Amino acid sequence: MFSIRALKHREGFVLDVAIQVDSPGVVALFGRSGCGKTTLANIIAGLLPADHAHIEIDGVALDGNGKSLRAEERRIGYVFQDARLFPHLDVMGNLRYGEKRVKSSISRRISLDMVAPLLGLESLLSRRVNQLSGGERQRVALGRALLSQPRLLLLDEPLASLDAARREEVLPYLEKLRDELAIPMIYVSHQFEEVLRLATHVVLMERGGVVSQGRLDELSLHPELRAIVGPDAVGAVLHGTVTAVDGGTGLATVRIGNNSLRIHLREAKVGAAVRVQLLARDIILATSRPENLSVRNVMTGAVSRVVADDADTDLVYVDIGGALVLSRVTRAASIALELRTGLPIWVLVKTVSIRGHAFYEAPETVQERSQQYESRPW
Amino acid sequence: MLTAAEVDAVRLSLSIALRSVLFSLPLAVVVAWLLTRRALRGRLLLDAIVHLPLVLPPVVVGYLLLLLFGMRGPIGGWLYQTFGIQMVFTSAGAALATAAMSFPLMVRAIRISLEGVDAGLEDAARTLGAGPWDRFFSVVLPLMLPGILAGAVTAFAAGLGEFGAVITFVSNIPGETRTLPLALYTALQTPGGDAMAARLAIISFSLGLSGLIAAEFIARRVRRMLGR
Repeated sequence: MFSIRALKHREGFVLDVAIQVDSPGVVALFGRSGCGKTTLANIIAGLLPADHAHIEIDGVALDGNGKSLRAEERRIGYVFQDARLFPHLDVMGNLRYGEKRVKSSISRRISLDMVAPLLGLESLLSRRVNQLSGGERQRVALGRALLSQPRLLLLDEPLASLDAARREEVLPYLEKLRDELAIPMIYVSHQFEEVLRLATHVVLMERGGVVSQGRLDELSLHPELRAIVGPDAVGAVLHGTVTAVDGGTGLATVRIGNNSLRIHLREAKVGAAVRVQLLARDIILATSRPENLSVRNVMTGAVSRVVADDADTDLVYVDIGGALVLSRVTRAASIALELRTGLPIWVLVKTVSIRGHAFYEAPETVQERSQQYESRPW
Repeated sequence: MLTAAEVDAVRLSLSIALRSVLFSLPLAVVVAWLLTRRALRGRLLLDAIVHLPLVLPPVVVGYLLLLLFGMRGPIGGWLYQTFGIQMVFTSAGAALATAAMSFPLMVRAIRISLEGVDAGLEDAARTLGAGPWDRFFSVVLPLMLPGILAGAVTAFAAGLGEFGAVITFVSNIPGETRTLPLALYTALQTPGGDAMAARLAIISFSLGLSGLIAAEFIARRVRRMLGR
């Protein structure tokens, strides 16, 4: 789907990346501030010339082999961190700006009638740009980018300038775009929470290079991610399917591997694909069946491997049958329990510490994924 | 109330100031754009040349114009032989001299407003499919409109009173180049012209003041229109 190679020398900084993504969906460029994410985004959009670049999206070469399309010809819908709405136009004028400039040879798949309800813009159309809240501005910027009929939506930290409440206001719209429009997206972020909710594929960046790339569930187990998000945010990301919903308690039962988890999930439907993150620091391990505990979620598995996390703690990879869960325990506990590969183990996790997000995925992908778990390197 | 000569002077001043603005405005926009948005070689020199009239004695500017646009000057001679246009001793020449003198004021005002236009908006327009001219006319120009209008009105108001460059370049010909300040000067040189001089001074004063107030008023209106 995407193939991106770019090299750019700047004073004291080298960007050198190669990204290959075969599936459509949301590709997150994830890394700390200053790792070159925005530079890469600008090269992809054609706003910044690279020393060498080869950019291909859905079989169309935007850059490379001696020819480079100009930014205005690339059809990349860029949503900037600061929205960059035109202050002399109203919301409607902004939305139509890109749409008016679409060449007649390009089929117009996305219309205002479609975008306005999708992004909740109906009541804003005649507003002046300076009368919009931060969240509204970003929604208008999204709509403006979409109406330019882009082949790719490029979002550069679109939520970074918003406070937590505004972020929660915009995120559901981004999820809707991903699930309903099926337009390929590159999402630049340094917030793992956003990546967790939106991305299908993650490119980990550090100091101008790609550290690792792959599906989020794979990368969630990757030691390089820990280096970026820190020990407290490390945790397995798992895909599961909702098998039952209890309207009374608001708890949904999600099948993951050979086990089930009960989690809080708003608007869950039976059969829906769900992605959950189990933070390693929230996972309790037991070497015998635990009894008389308040913890609702007890899964069975076997220790896959134990690795030192830092001087005093270990990371324990537990195979729960078709999926791996990460637990962070003290070295003392690890020694006392004699944790070692192959040891049968019970995995406990409090419902309230599970972060779950409904996520549209075709059921067969989930299945394929469970099978692929058998051949992982870690 | 006003004598025919006074009315003439006011009319001439207005028309010359207006023509000077119309003539120099597009050029001032281009120069301001070159100075702010282009990594131009010789930018410092261009900047200095544009601002020269601010620091040179107006008589020197008039003299330079005379050298360049005189009947035997390199540009003036060519204009006359090719188009039959004469600059010296005409109101067109007066407009040219006025334009040269107020050009730095205009460029400054436009430049400040252009610097206030976020270059990021141009990038946004690019990604939305707008080419260079399209971006300039659909984004940059509307956003620098307050500066353009303010620059134009200020230059117009200043142009009403241009003296040194005008009298040096096109002389003091009644009905052709005798603008308000020239008429005022003539009145002061004429025995018994005191009353006329006072009337002309008051007219100059009111025109200048209304010009400046108008400039501020327009700038505010446009700023509000642009949602700032």
